[in-house]
Amino acid sequence: MKSLVVRKAFLKSLPVMAGYVVLGIGFGILLRDAGYGLPWAFAMAVAIYAGSMQYVGVGLLAGGAGIITALLTTVMVNARHLFYSISMIGLYRDAGKYKPYLIFALTDETYSLLSDGETPFPEYAHLYRFLVSLFNQLYWITGCILGSLLGSVLPFPSTGIEFSMTALFIASFTEQWIKTRDHLPALTGLLSTLLCLLVFGPERFLIPAMLLITLVLTMMKGRLEEKTV
Amino acid sequence: MNTHAALLVLVMAAVTMLLRFLPFLVFRKQTPPYIAYLGKVLPAAIIGMLVVYCLKDTRITQAPFGAPELVAGLSVVLLHGWKRNSLLSILGGTVIYMVLVQAVFTV
Repeated sequence: MKSLVVRKAFLKSLPVMAGYVVLGIGFGILLRDAGYGLPWAFAMAVAIYAGSMQYVGVGLLAGGAGIITALLTTVMVNARHLFYSISMIGLYRDAGKYKPYLIFALTDETYSLLSDGETPFPEYAHLYRFLVSLFNQLYWITGCILGSLLGSVLPFPSTGIEFSMTALFIASFTEQWIKTRDHLPALTGLLSTLLCLLVFGPERFLIPAMLLITLVLTMMKGRLEEKTV
Repeated sequence: MNTHAALLVLVMAAVTMLLRFLPFLVFRKQTPPYIAYLGKVLPAAIIGMLVVYCLKDTRITQAPFGAPELVAGLSVVLLHGWKRNSLLSILGGTVIYMVLVQAVFTV
């Protein structure tokens, strides 16, 4: 039975594999170019395990950023994880020994795989979610190591590979757009962020955008709740 | 230099972990209805935010005016609408983007 759970979890995680390996390779190459080799790529993939933050982290390391800057940047780039955790509180409540890792490994992609709450084995639900989360991180670690190892000897010129991160989110956006009938939350996110980007500029628009999104969604609460029933 | 870099990695890891664990620690007993509502509608909005975040440094006022991003981005949407296979959409869009910036829009 348990081997069946492993197999189902592996199949579930498969769509993330290519994305994570490609993104991880991109990260490993950038980090190597910045002067930080394999041990750094491995340590960051294991301990931080947050794609966009690790990309931003390359810049922090290369520029010799201060501790406070690193702290504030991480809060700004990763504040969205607060939102992911908020919506998984119910699902992970009784996950027992798996709970700490499930929370630690809650990336954008893992979230998008597991947030619907569906599981093929109700009695092994938490093991199943644990395995999906673990497989995803293994892909990510593999990618980061590969990128760091291959680096400049990559068999193809890698300019533009960083677009894989953008592609991943555009694909997620398209997927949730197709799956949901009410597009107001998605449009709120897109337009509020765009507005804040124009007003505050590319360096400091993220926090205002999150505040504006929360505000707009709060004002639409009555309306949206009616429609989602 | 390396000690400082290790410290930076540690800070990034600790803050990321704190952000992921905080809601679980704060709402351990029960989730207020408002937070539950946010949990339901935020993800779609946040993915929209992430798309804009990824494209924030695109320069649309000078050549090639964001054309590679636009073409590759639309390719991802079309590929995904067609097959709904994340693998295909991500790889396809990335390859198209790489070809565009390496061979077509070389500035």
